[in-house]
Amino acid sequence: MKDINIEEKEREFQAKIDADIKIEPNDWMPAEYRKTLIRQISQHAHSEVVGMLPEGNWITRAPNLRRKAVLLAKVQDEAGHGLYLYSAAETLGSDREASIDDMHAGIAKYSSIFNYPTLSWADMGMIGWLVDGAAISNQVPLCRCSYGPYARAMVRVCKEESFHQRQGYEIATTLANGTPEQKAMAQESFNRWWWPALMMFGPTDAASKHSALSMKWKIKRVSNDELRQQFVNVTVPQAELIGLTIPDPELNWNEEKQGYDFGTINWEEFNQVVQGNGPCNKERLDARRKAKENGVWVREAALAHAEKRKAKMAS
Amino acid sequence: MSSNEWPLWEVFIRSKQGLSHKHVGSLRAADAENAINNARDVYTRRSEGISIWVVESKLISASDPKEADSLFDPADTKIYRHPTFYEVPDGVLHM
Ligand SMILES: [Fe+2]
Ligand SMILES: [Fe+2]
Ligand SMILES: [Fe+2]
Repeated sequence: MKDINIEEKEREFQAKIDADIKIEPNDWMPAEYRKTLIRQISQHAHSEVVGMLPEGNWITRAPNLRRKAVLLAKVQDEAGHGLYLYSAAETLGSDREASIDDMHAGIAKYSSIFNYPTLSWADMGMIGWLVDGAAISNQVPLCRCSYGPYARAMVRVCKEESFHQRQGYEIATTLANGTPEQKAMAQESFNRWWWPALMMFGPTDAASKHSALSMKWKIKRVSNDELRQQFVNVTVPQAELIGLTIPDPELNWNEEKQGYDFGTINWEEFNQVVQGNGPCNKERLDARRKAKENGVWVREAALAHAEKRKAKMAS
Repeated sequence: MSSNEWPLWEVFIRSKQGLSHKHVGSLRAADAENAINNARDVYTRRSEGISIWVVESKLISASDPKEADSLFDPADTKIYRHPTFYEVPDGVLHM
């Protein structure tokens, strides 16, 4: 039996949420709210960090210096996003290193999209345009999330994301307007990324297990299916404008709903990738583990140096 | 392992001369110098600042949210602390 005190606190908490008053780190919150946020924010942080790997693959092979500088800046932003988010999770009492270890052990997830390989330069275009584009659709409503530190981190992230999408679309546009080979490369890449990008919005509303409570707590403010529909509606005309074909024979404008109907997502593939059986899951985790292990001595040395300096100053 | 984690720092940035430093977020770093360098890389990549303060998070003392009512409510009833509380005859200038 819950004691009266907790019920009263829960009522007050929900009243704050309903009145759009933000929750801050030291405020009382239900244990489940804290847990849900820690899971979501750290998953988001892991995604930002793992998300650097597919693009990192092309930094040294960018076609010119401008593209290389842009890609570097973009990937550096993603590292920053990871940091804002780990910090936000820490305000809830999450241990940063433990949460990273959970990801390395496969206990904590990151966005499945990053388990797909980057096979051609055109993939840098598709990732920026479609993957960052889908991330933006997800993140804009999170700027109004009920938890203050997460909402503030998202405001910063969203400001930085819009350049990511534009540089991707610019790459896609350049290739689509290029030689027949370049155009074919763009279309081939688009065909590979379209469906995984749609999967980024998560399971259908009917199948989504965390949604109802998250909506009530205003952690989540728009449903997976609504966000996915919005993304399709804005992206299809962008593809048509540069002459790329959507790899979906069922795609059709629906006058009545003022949106596109589209084919069924391959949820079996989605589940396989989530469960660790995507094309690059192992490679991504190995790379992250290696990065952490190879950096241990640097972190230890920096601490030892700081201690030594402190001792010197004291004496 | 967690004992090897770098301490947590809060970061404050002055966006331009004449404005005060404002809290922007936090990060982990081995020492203050390291914290300032990291803050520069993370929080000022788009000309957001011209000066950085860092302070170890554990050194900050904060008021207790549970005491917010008793601390801050008394101010709500003292409207005479605001200039708009006072009536000034029509025609009075420069006040
Ligand atoms: Fe990002
Ligand atoms: Fe993101
Ligand atoms: Fe991004």
